[in-house]
Amino acid sequence: MTTETTVSTAAALALGDDALVLSHRLGEWAGSAPVLEEEVALANIALDLLGQARVLLSLVGDEDELAYLREERSFRNSQLVEQPNGDFAHTIARQLYFSTYQRLLYGQLASGDGPFAGLAAKAVKEVAYHQDHAEHWTLRLGDGTPESHQRMQRACDALWRYTGELFQPVDGLDVDLPALETTWLDSVTDVLGRATLTVPSGPRTGAWSAGAGRQGLHTEPFGRMLAEMQHLHRSHPGATW
Amino acid sequence: MTAVTAGTTGTTGTPGASDAAVAAEQAAYEAVFDAAVAADERIEPRDWMPEDYRASLVRQIAQHAHSEIIGMQPEANWITRAPSLRRKAILMAKVQDEAGHGLYLYSAAETLGTSRDELLDKLHSGRQKYSSIFNYPTLTWADVGAIGWLVDGAAITNQVPLCRCSYGPYARAMVRVCKEESFHQRQGYEALLALSNGTEAQHAMAQDAVNRWWWPSLMMFGPPDDESTHTAQAMAWKIKRHTNDELRQRFVDIAVPQAEALGLTLPDPDIRWNEERGHYDFGPIDWTEFWDVLKGNGPCNDQRLSKRRQAHEDGAWVREAAAAYAEKHTGKHGEAQA
Repeated sequence: MTTETTVSTAAALALGDDALVLSHRLGEWAGSAPVLEEEVALANIALDLLGQARVLLSLVGDEDELAYLREERSFRNSQLVEQPNGDFAHTIARQLYFSTYQRLLYGQLASGDGPFAGLAAKAVKEVAYHQDHAEHWTLRLGDGTPESHQRMQRACDALWRYTGELFQPVDGLDVDLPALETTWLDSVTDVLGRATLTVPSGPRTGAWSAGAGRQGLHTEPFGRMLAEMQHLHRSHPGATW
Repeated sequence: MTAVTAGTTGTTGTPGASDAAVAAEQAAYEAVFDAAVAADERIEPRDWMPEDYRASLVRQIAQHAHSEIIGMQPEANWITRAPSLRRKAILMAKVQDEAGHGLYLYSAAETLGTSRDELLDKLHSGRQKYSSIFNYPTLTWADVGAIGWLVDGAAITNQVPLCRCSYGPYARAMVRVCKEESFHQRQGYEALLALSNGTEAQHAMAQDAVNRWWWPSLMMFGPPDDESTHTAQAMAWKIKRHTNDELRQRFVDIAVPQAEALGLTLPDPDIRWNEERGHYDFGPIDWTEFWDVLKGNGPCNDQRLSKRRQAHEDGAWVREAAAAYAEKHTGKHGEAQA
């Protein structure tokens, strides 16, 4: 056993809650995807993320207690991942922003020897696939029809304000997040350019309302999401499933 | 096994040949087809086959594919409420597998000269059916377990013999489908077992779900043999290997001891072992309900079809975008991005 691998609760929850919440959102697509291949792809990505979440939450405590018995103010996910699915373009824009970030983050973690290196080494392969999927759909929607272009642009613009938060420092996460931010911007700018989309011009962080998920300050749709997710578990205290 | 290769449409005939010659050729093809079926050989897409055989397979495979797709809904209904992360992962994987099964089956149907778009259109317009079981609602978490145990159990009983179906692409699809279905069935059983052995409330939830799903599961085998219009022909063609009633009996014989092991009862006071027959006797099925659900009057018929149509309509702009993008870029990069 290694001795230097004390897990930072804040870091494990930040990464784990991101994966848990985004997985949940993608799970909401089941049965409603635009083509059957996307039923498979979105569920596949959701499952990968749920797998990551389970490992990360288990580093801190009992995965189910953490997922089902914490209240909104105790969740540490970024506000980006809790945003409602919207149309397919919104889901893809969220995926593009997040998977690009996650790929860079896990790439860094995998190359280090911290407590997340093992998980990151496995997850980086998954998130490379997620990023590829998001990129290809960004290209198809951005450079598809006038309608898909407009929808994709609107989605990219609407979610832009939630992207800055991803690069705020997280306690115990041994990654130079501001350095990742530059690479992230370059990557996203490149994909959007190839998709004939304009890089959004608005702020990437704002007042407290955008960019405080890591402090447990979330957006309104999140509470409703948790109510649905936790209802059954909370209705049967102490039960095993 | 290849019988006779005669294009994909089944129509033959050489320009200028006499009617008698065409008829003789047709008879020869039929004889080869009949001999291949009799010898348990597989019919393949390019083999000649009777038009009725083709139509019957398209109907059955399409209905099977549609059932996988509509069948995602009652279970997906619980993905966002699954009570533990482990159960949530299992359920997501299952629903994903169902979409995959739908894809295999549409591919198998396409080898018969139809297309997925055409089949989906028939599903959406109500011209093709899906399994009536999916017109029942999932009201509690235990329904997910009951579906795994009973509905998947019935499906497997139906589908294992289809692995030996005379049409090769369908038989091969079923081999893959059955492997995954068996896995789901065990997981469903295990989920119910956890509930049955859990708190009083959980046990009651499990029992209630079994009470609601038992009879609809028995109906999955279709009408009784004397009312089944397709059975005789399907058996002669070796598409089906057993009658509806035979398979239903087989399912009951397997399910009764499983229910006992679960510590749950089946909602049928007439179930008892019949020493003479070597089978479990069971009570009469409410065929009025069966035909009613089939005709569209089940609890969720409208809801299921509306949701499917909605997903398709909402996704139209996405599919158009993919097609437009592929059109623009196929030439440039030499690859289609569909």
